[in-house]
Amino acid sequence: MTGAILVGVDVGGTFTDLFFVDTATGQFRTGKVPSNRGDEAVGFIDGLQGFGPVSQLAAIVHGTTVGTNALLERKGARVGIITTAGFRDVLEMRRRDRPHTWGLTGAFAPVVDRDFRLEVPERTLADGSVHTPVDPAAVREAAIALRDAGAEALAIVFVNSYANAANEHAALEVARAVWPNAHVACSADILPEIREFERMSTTALNAYLQPVVGSYLSKLETALGEAGFDGRFHIVQSNGGVMSTAAAGSFPVRTALSGPAAGVIAAAAIARVAGFADVITGDLGGTSFDVSLVVGGRTQLAAQTTIDFGLVIRSPMIEITTIGAGGGSIASVDVGGLLQVGPESAGSRPGPVAYGQGNTRPTLTDANIVLGRINANRPIGGKLARLDTDAALLAIEAHVATPLGIGVMQAAEAIVRVADARMAGAIRLVSIERGHDPAKFAAVPFGGGGALHVGALIRDVGLKAALVPRYPGVTSALGCVIADVRHDQVRTLNVTLDHMDIAALAAMMHAEARAARDVVESAGLVLDSIADSFALDMHYVGQTHTIAVPIDLDLAGVDLDHARVREAFERAYLASFSRLLPGLSMRIVNLRTTSIGTRPFFDLAALAPDATASLAHAAQGHRPVWFAGAWHDTAIYARLDLPVGAEIAGPAILEQPDATTVIDPGHQARVDAWGNVIVTVAGP
Amino acid sequence: MVSPVDPVTLAILKGRLEQIADEMDATLFRSAFNPIIAEAHDACHGLYDALTGDTLVQGTKGLPVFVAAMAFSVKAVIDKIAEHGGLAEGDTFLFNDPYAGGTHLNDMRLVRPVFRDGRLFCWLASVGHWLDLGGNVPGGYNPKATESFQEAMRIPPVKLIAAGVLRQDIVDILAANSRVPVSNRGDLAGQLNALDLGERRFAALLDEMGDATVAAAFVAYSNRAERLMRAAITDLPDGHYSFDDVLDNDGIDDVLIDICLDLTIADDRMTLDFSRSSKPVQGPVNISTATTISGCYVALKHLFTEVPANAGCLRPISFVIPETTLLAATAPRPTAGYTETILRLIGVIFGAIAKAAPARALAGPFGTINALSIAGLGTSGPRWVMFSFFGGGLGASPQGDGLSHANNPISTATIPPVEILEAMYPVMFTQWALRPNSAGVGQYRGGLGAIYEIEMLEDATMSLLGERGKRAPFGIAGGGPAGLNRFAWTTADGWKSPDMISKVTDVKLERGARLRLETPGGGGFGEAARRNPDAIARDIRLGYTA
Repeated sequence: MTGAILVGVDVGGTFTDLFFVDTATGQFRTGKVPSNRGDEAVGFIDGLQGFGPVSQLAAIVHGTTVGTNALLERKGARVGIITTAGFRDVLEMRRRDRPHTWGLTGAFAPVVDRDFRLEVPERTLADGSVHTPVDPAAVREAAIALRDAGAEALAIVFVNSYANAANEHAALEVARAVWPNAHVACSADILPEIREFERMSTTALNAYLQPVVGSYLSKLETALGEAGFDGRFHIVQSNGGVMSTAAAGSFPVRTALSGPAAGVIAAAAIARVAGFADVITGDLGGTSFDVSLVVGGRTQLAAQTTIDFGLVIRSPMIEITTIGAGGGSIASVDVGGLLQVGPESAGSRPGPVAYGQGNTRPTLTDANIVLGRINANRPIGGKLARLDTDAALLAIEAHVATPLGIGVMQAAEAIVRVADARMAGAIRLVSIERGHDPAKFAAVPFGGGGALHVGALIRDVGLKAALVPRYPGVTSALGCVIADVRHDQVRTLNVTLDHMDIAALAAMMHAEARAARDVVESAGLVLDSIADSFALDMHYVGQTHTIAVPIDLDLAGVDLDHARVREAFERAYLASFSRLLPGLSMRIVNLRTTSIGTRPFFDLAALAPDATASLAHAAQGHRPVWFAGAWHDTAIYARLDLPVGAEIAGPAILEQPDATTVIDPGHQARVDAWGNVIVTVAGP
Repeated sequence: MVSPVDPVTLAILKGRLEQIADEMDATLFRSAFNPIIAEAHDACHGLYDALTGDTLVQGTKGLPVFVAAMAFSVKAVIDKIAEHGGLAEGDTFLFNDPYAGGTHLNDMRLVRPVFRDGRLFCWLASVGHWLDLGGNVPGGYNPKATESFQEAMRIPPVKLIAAGVLRQDIVDILAANSRVPVSNRGDLAGQLNALDLGERRFAALLDEMGDATVAAAFVAYSNRAERLMRAAITDLPDGHYSFDDVLDNDGIDDVLIDICLDLTIADDRMTLDFSRSSKPVQGPVNISTATTISGCYVALKHLFTEVPANAGCLRPISFVIPETTLLAATAPRPTAGYTETILRLIGVIFGAIAKAAPARALAGPFGTINALSIAGLGTSGPRWVMFSFFGGGLGASPQGDGLSHANNPISTATIPPVEILEAMYPVMFTQWALRPNSAGVGQYRGGLGAIYEIEMLEDATMSLLGERGKRAPFGIAGGGPAGLNRFAWTTADGWKSPDMISKVTDVKLERGARLRLETPGGGGFGEAARRNPDAIARDIRLGYTA
C-alpha cells in the first residue's frame, strides 16, 4: 500500500485537531479548526478539506470525547433494563459504598431510573445450571413497555449470566423482535465476567452511550461519504488502541476516554524517543485538564474506571485523572470573597470574552491574553482575525478586580495562579500522592493551552523539566496516527486447576485469540505484525481476588499442561506476595485475551525542524508580558522556525499556529533533535 | 530535639508513607481468603509510635473504626514487653484480646517492630477480621453470649514469629480452634504478606530519606492534625449539648439500653461525657474503652473531614467513660456485637453536634450491621460459613437527601456481589432490592434501606446479630425517623421473627427455606412540608415512597 495517506482527527470540546501523514514519503501536516458542538461533522470535514480532497485519504483515525461528555454531563440516551426478578435495584444499590471515606453527604442517581428497570421471571445458578428458564412472554411485554415509555436503548442483564448466557440470549432474541432499533445488548456479550453490579453498570452505560455515539459516528460516516471518502474510518479506544467504527458502535463504552487516551499515547511516545521515560502528561483543553502518569515509557492501564461516583466501567483503560480547569474555565468571586476558576466553562461557544461571541464573563484564556502571554493578533485556530483584549480587560475588571478590590493586572495574574494551583494539584494527585517523587518526572503539556503553564508546573510541583512536543496542540491527533490496533476480551471460567480440562483451555485460548485477531484484522489498517497475549485471572480456592497470570500459548501447538499453569501462577503470586500456600488448590476465574496489531513505525524525527531554521529567522522582536507583578520586555519567537539546539533564556514566548509556550523568568528552553522544547530551571 | 522538615519534603513524604500503608491494605485485600477482608475490607494497616503506640500513618482504604483502635493494640504489645521484656528484631506478635486492643475477638492483630541500627524505630501493624475462631456460633457473632468464652478463643499478645522463626505450634493451635482453618491460614498468610511488604518498603524509604527526617515528619504531622482539630472546635459555640439514644436489647434480656452523651465545647477543647449510659450488660454489646474512643474518633472525622487521620487530632478531646458503664467493659464481658454499640455512640455525637453546629448536621444513619451467619456441614463439600454485613440508608443533611444502600460510618466495606456469594456458598438470593418507605421524611429525606431475601440450597443453621428493631434512626431539625429493622425466616408454620427483635441464634433452616432482612434507611432533615413538590412526585413515581 504505497502512498497511503492517514489522518488522525481529535475532536475536543473547543477545537478539532488534525494530523495528516503520507506514510510513503513520511511527510506530514497539521490542522486545527473550531469544533462545532452538536454537529461535530462540520468541523471534522472542514478540517479534512484543509488538506485537499478527502477522497485521497486511505484511513482516518478518530479520537472522540462524545462518549466522555455524554457520561459527565449525563446526556446519554434513555435506557431500559430488563433483569432477573428481584434484582432491578442492583444498578442503584451499587456495591454498598459511599462517595468519601470521611463525611457522609452526597447522593447517587443511576443513569437508568427505577421505573425503567423491569424484572422478568428467570434464574441461572452459579454453576451455570438454569433454575428457571426465561419467560419469553414476560420479556416481550417488558420490552414493549420500555419501548412505549420512550426507551431508546435496551440492556438485558441477568444474574449469573457469566456462567451461562442461555437465558440472556433467549431474552435478547425476543426483545430484538420488538425493539425499533439496533441498540439492544445483553451483559454476557458486553462483559462476560462475574460480579453483577460491575457487569450491569458497564452494560447499562454501554446502552446509555450507544444511540449517542452511534448517531454521531453515522453522521460522520455520511458526511465523509458525501465528501468522497472511501477509505477506512476508525476510533481510538480508552485502552489506547484503535478499533473499527463497527466495534465502536457495539462497544461505545470503550470510547469513554478515547480522545484523552490518544493524547497520552502520543505524549508517551514522543517523550520516550526524546529520552524521558518517566513523565506526567497534562492536556489542557477548553474545558478540562487531564493528567496521566507514564512510568518507564509505559502508560498505566486500569482494569476498571469510575467515571463518577457509582458510574463504573469495567474495561481496560488508560488511567487518566481529570479536573474541570481549561482555557474556557470561568473566573468568578464567590460569596465568601474567594476567587474561583472553573469548573464552569464557556467552552468553544461562546468561548472566552475576547472571542467576541457573546460571553461576558472572564475565562482563563482572557487572563492569558490580558497578561500578554497569548498574542491577541494571532489567535490559534485561524477562524478569528484578532482577539478583543479590551473586552477581556473589562470583563476581568468587572468580575474579578472590582469585587476583590485589586488592580486589573493583579486580577488577571491571580486568575492564572489559581488555575496553575489547580493543575499542580492534579499532578500531585497522580505523582506525590502515589509515592512518586516529582523531581524524577518531566511534564509533557499538550492541548491548546498546556504549554502556557509549564513554568508553574515546574515551580509549584518540583518537576525536573517540561517537554513541550513540537505540535502540542495536535498531540491527540498524532496519537490517533501512531496508536496500535487493539482488542481486549474476557471470559469467566471459574474452574479449579485440578478440574480444568487443559486441552479444552488451549482450544478456548485459540478460539479467543482467533476472535480477537479477527477484530484487529477487520480494522483493515496496515499492520507490521499482530501479537496475541493471554492472562489467566487465578487465585487459591477460597480467595476472592485474583492475580493476572501471563500464559504463553504457542499458537503452533505446543501443549499446555497443568504443571505449566501451576508454575506460572506461583511465579506471578510470588511477584505480588511474599509466601505461597502449598497444598491448596487453585482456581482459574477468567481468561483474558488481548490482540495487538502494531502499526508501521512513524519516525518522529520527521517532525524535527529542517536545516533552514535559524534563531535569527525565528526571532519576532519583543513585547511586554506581565510576570510576577510587573511588565517584562519579553522576546518572542516563531517556535517552528527555531533550529535544533537553540537555547533561549526566559522570559520568552514561543508562538506557533496551534499553541503558545511561555518560558518564565528564571527558566530556560532548549530545542532537542525532534523539535521538542525542553524547559528547565536556568542553571546558576 | 528534631530539626524541622521543609514543607515540600513533608508533602512528598506524607504521600509516600500513606502509599506504604495503602499498599499493605491492598496486599491483604488481594491475598485474603475470607470475603470480610477481601471484599468488605474489614482490616487496617499502619505505622505506630515506638514508645506510645500512637498512630503515625494509616492506610486510607482500611476500616475507619480501626484508625484509633490500632494505637491501643500496639500499646498492648508495648505494655507486654515492658512487663516481660524480650523484644527482638524479627519478632511478630499476634493477638485478638479486645480488652487490651479494642473491638472484638474476630479481629486478629499482628504487630511487628521496625528496628534501625539495633534500636526500635516504630511499629508496623495489621488487623483483619477472621471468619471464625471457635465459640458457640459460626462466625463469632453469638447474640446469646454472656461471657467472651462463648464467642471465640481469646489470645493475649504472643510471639507468632520469634526473631524471624515462625512458631508452628501457635499456627497449629489456631487451626485446631476454628471451623474454617484453611480460611484462617490464608488470612494469616495475607497479613504476613502485608507486613513483609510494609517492612521492605519502609526500610527503603528510611534509607533514602534518612531516619531523622522521617522521625521529624511524624512529629510535624501529628502537630498539624492537633492544630486543625483545635481550629475546628474553636469555630463551634461554647456550651453543653446532650443527646441520647438506645439499643434494642443485649440479646439476653429484652430491655432497652441507654447510650447517653453530654458534650461540652469550651474554647478549643471538647469533652465527651458518657456517664449517663447504661451499666455493663450480660449480652455481647459491651465495648472496651479503646473501642469507645475509636468510635468517637470516627464520628468526629465524619463531621470534621478537614482534619487528618493521626493521633494528634485526639489531643484536644477529653473523654469521660466510667467503668460503671457498658462503654468501658473488662474481661470476660462479651463484646462480639461491638459494632452496634459503637454505631449508637457515633449517632449521639452526630445528634449533639447538630445542636451545636446545624451546618455540619447529619441525621441518623441506619445504625446496624446485621451480622448474618449461615453455616452448613456441607453435604456436597467441606463445612462452610457464609458471613455477611448488610447495608442501609444514610441520614439526610442540610446538603441534601441521604445516600441509599450505603455502608456504615465505621466502615468503607463494599458488599460482596451476589454472584461471588452464590459461587462460594449453597444459597440463592431471591431478592436484592431497595426498601420503599424505609427513609425518614423531611425537607431532605434519608437514604433508603434494603431488602435481602435468601433461599437455602442446602440445610443450614443461621444466626443474626442486628439492631434498630425498636427505635428507628433519628431525624434532625424536624425531619422524621427512618423505618425499623425487620428480620424473618420461613418455617413449616409460615414466617417467624426473633423474640429478641433482630438477634437470634441457632435457627435450623431446611433446604428451600428462606430468610428475609429489611434494613432501616436514614433519618430525615428539616420539616417534610418544606420538601420540593417535584422531589415528592419523583419519590412516588420511582416507588421510593408509596
